[in-house]
Amino acid sequence: MDNSPQSISFTPGDVGVDPISQGDVDIETYSVVDPDGSFDSERVPDLSDDEFRDLYRWMLVQRVYDDRATKLQRRGQLGTIASGRGQEASIVGSGSALSLDDWIFPYGREAAALLMHGLPLRDLLMYWRGIEDASRMRNANIVPMSISVGAHVPFATGKAWGMQLGDEDTVTFTNLGDGATSTGAFHEGMNLAGVLGVPAVFFCLNNQYAISLSFDEQTNAETVAQKALAYGIDSIRVDGNDVLAVYNAVSTARERALEGNPVLVEAVTYRRGAHTTSDDPTRYRSDEEVEKWKDRDPLERYRSFLEETGRWDAVDEAAIREEFGTEFEEAVEAADEFEERDVEEIFEYLYKEMPPELERQLAGLEDFLEERPDVYDHIERRPKG
Amino acid sequence: MNATIIEAVNDALHKEMENDDKTVVFGQDVAESGGVFRATEGLLAEFGSDRVLDAPLSEIAIAGAAVGLATHGYRPVAEIQFSGFLPPAFDQLVTNASRIRWRTRGELTAPMVVRTPYGAGVRALEHHSESLEGAYGHIPGLKLAIPSTPHDAKGMLISAIRDPDPVLFMEPKHVYRSLREDVPEETYTEPLGKAAVRREGTDVTVVSWGSMMHNTIEAVDNLENVDAEIIDLRTISPFDRETVLESVRKTGRCVVVHEAAKTGGFGGEVIAAINDDALMYLEAPINRVTGFDIPVPLLSMEDFYIPHPPRIEEAIEETMSH
Ligand SMILES: Cc1ncc(C[n+]2csc(CCOP(=O)(O)OP(=O)(O)O)c2C)c(N)n1
Ligand SMILES: [Mg+2]
Repeated sequence: MDNSPQSISFTPGDVGVDPISQGDVDIETYSVVDPDGSFDSERVPDLSDDEFRDLYRWMLVQRVYDDRATKLQRRGQLGTIASGRGQEASIVGSGSALSLDDWIFPYGREAAALLMHGLPLRDLLMYWRGIEDASRMRNANIVPMSISVGAHVPFATGKAWGMQLGDEDTVTFTNLGDGATSTGAFHEGMNLAGVLGVPAVFFCLNNQYAISLSFDEQTNAETVAQKALAYGIDSIRVDGNDVLAVYNAVSTARERALEGNPVLVEAVTYRRGAHTTSDDPTRYRSDEEVEKWKDRDPLERYRSFLEETGRWDAVDEAAIREEFGTEFEEAVEAADEFEERDVEEIFEYLYKEMPPELERQLAGLEDFLEERPDVYDHIERRPKG
Repeated sequence: MNATIIEAVNDALHKEMENDDKTVVFGQDVAESGGVFRATEGLLAEFGSDRVLDAPLSEIAIAGAAVGLATHGYRPVAEIQFSGFLPPAFDQLVTNASRIRWRTRGELTAPMVVRTPYGAGVRALEHHSESLEGAYGHIPGLKLAIPSTPHDAKGMLISAIRDPDPVLFMEPKHVYRSLREDVPEETYTEPLGKAAVRREGTDVTVVSWGSMMHNTIEAVDNLENVDAEIIDLRTISPFDRETVLESVRKTGRCVVVHEAAKTGGFGGEVIAAINDDALMYLEAPINRVTGFDIPVPLLSMEDFYIPHPPRIEEAIEETMSH
């Protein structure tokens, strides 16, 4: 081995090799309204007064939804749920920028975006109750939540490919977290989207955590936005607690995607609550840190914009709360009324035609339930949560 | 000590990290928060961040890096947060972990453990409830252990960590905290590849593993007129055929119980072994009680999927009726 070229120690000195590092590319974080409420009037989108107020209303809806759903969960009426608290501007700003014909690939925190896309509130609650029927995503172009983190990215790329082939005027819109950007599926799906130039917008809600793991520990990359560049995909980094900025960013991304340039949007925000109702965040982050983000509350910030521009007086916060509260109650009642289901439901839909062996298994179970009603002692239909 | 399965797992990890400083624990949320089920609680404080790491959200990287560390002289114990998220890691288990010894003619080896909670019945979200041991047990070169008691969880995990080959360690999360038993304070091992006879009997052999062991025991307790022999398989791969065959030769009857879907489930393999080597001893066709050939339903209907004791009772009675 002594004469292997690799045993020669060689210090190259200055031979003109200059690695590119992150930071060589400047990535700006786009914003419209600053945390102190001041704003750049040139960047304010051209919306009607009602539309401006509607953004506030939807953010409040998200917040009320999260509070009420959490209470339902505590009472044992929903399974595990994930709140969007702190992320309202990202959820609502993005949801508002879509067209009803677009397809949303959701992750799980974006209730308001799904509701404005047409999903009945009853169905959303039923999904978190663990009822299959809700996953029909009735009335809305929404695929089921990607509980398996990142798994929906290549799926969305493929559906966008179909839109491209069909010359449709729509995009796929994928919600994902910062954690999801570490999965292979995210990278592979984005790469293919870039290769094909499909109408896809990948929307990363960088809420600084993936359960207990902070974004700093999730990746050595300083931003999520930079990851798109490796795939030749355009990218926008936006203040995710600034609803107007998110709205502008996603609207722009959508336009570009329709022209054949898929876009990754990184919304920089913060998960103010626990990861889910089964998580205890005090195990891994300090109260001071959470407090810090409270100052950047998306609703308060937008409220100061509305006040500043003379639109706040016509907002009746109590009325919005009450109106949505009633809607929520009605949705809970409708969900409660959803009739008891037959076991057939869990066997159906696996294939277009049920194979004989599955038919046999279903018939066996049905007979058994009749013969041995004591099995119901082991079967509880209500979620414990 | 009196311990649950989760406490027993935690204790085994503490003991092995103390015993061998090449042992490294990593996975999602295992360090700072101690794991979503608290299996790795206290490890970071005791052993430091070089040996206890929170991994980024990538099952591919977690399983793949375990192979790399293992070939480099370390003893990685990786956690996949729920077995429903093993599929991305499947590639690494099949492509690298299971066959590196074979490919390199024994020069490189992967003594590693991938721990993962599996199974239904805890009212979790979608993809959190499957039992795919049939698929993982089908990978040559990968060992697959499924303890069902706190005692075995500790002893078998220690064996798995010390094992010279890669071990997938599937933990029955439905009974993580619901069972307690005396577990020796000190380090001990329970062998991999060895089934346990949980109860001796002469009428019928009932074979099961993981959380279904407990439904099986309950069912047998409910059948006063049947003297059943209960076997806890404990390891799917390598499969302890001899213990099963010996029992079936004695009882002449057999029922296999597992939570996984029926078709392609490991129960078929147990039955095939009996067919090969104990057929002439059988007095009745072998029965199996399993999940159905469907994904585990969402939480409101998942209980219809699970083989509860009445289904097991009926199968045993049917077998006895021949
Ligand atoms: C493939 C996969 N691995 C692990 C999990 C368990 N898990 C659920 S959510 C989560 C963190 C997700 O973090 P992020 O993508 O940042 O989204 P966030 O919840 O913060 O919105 C993890 C690890 C999962 N659901 N899917
Ligand atoms: Mg996150």
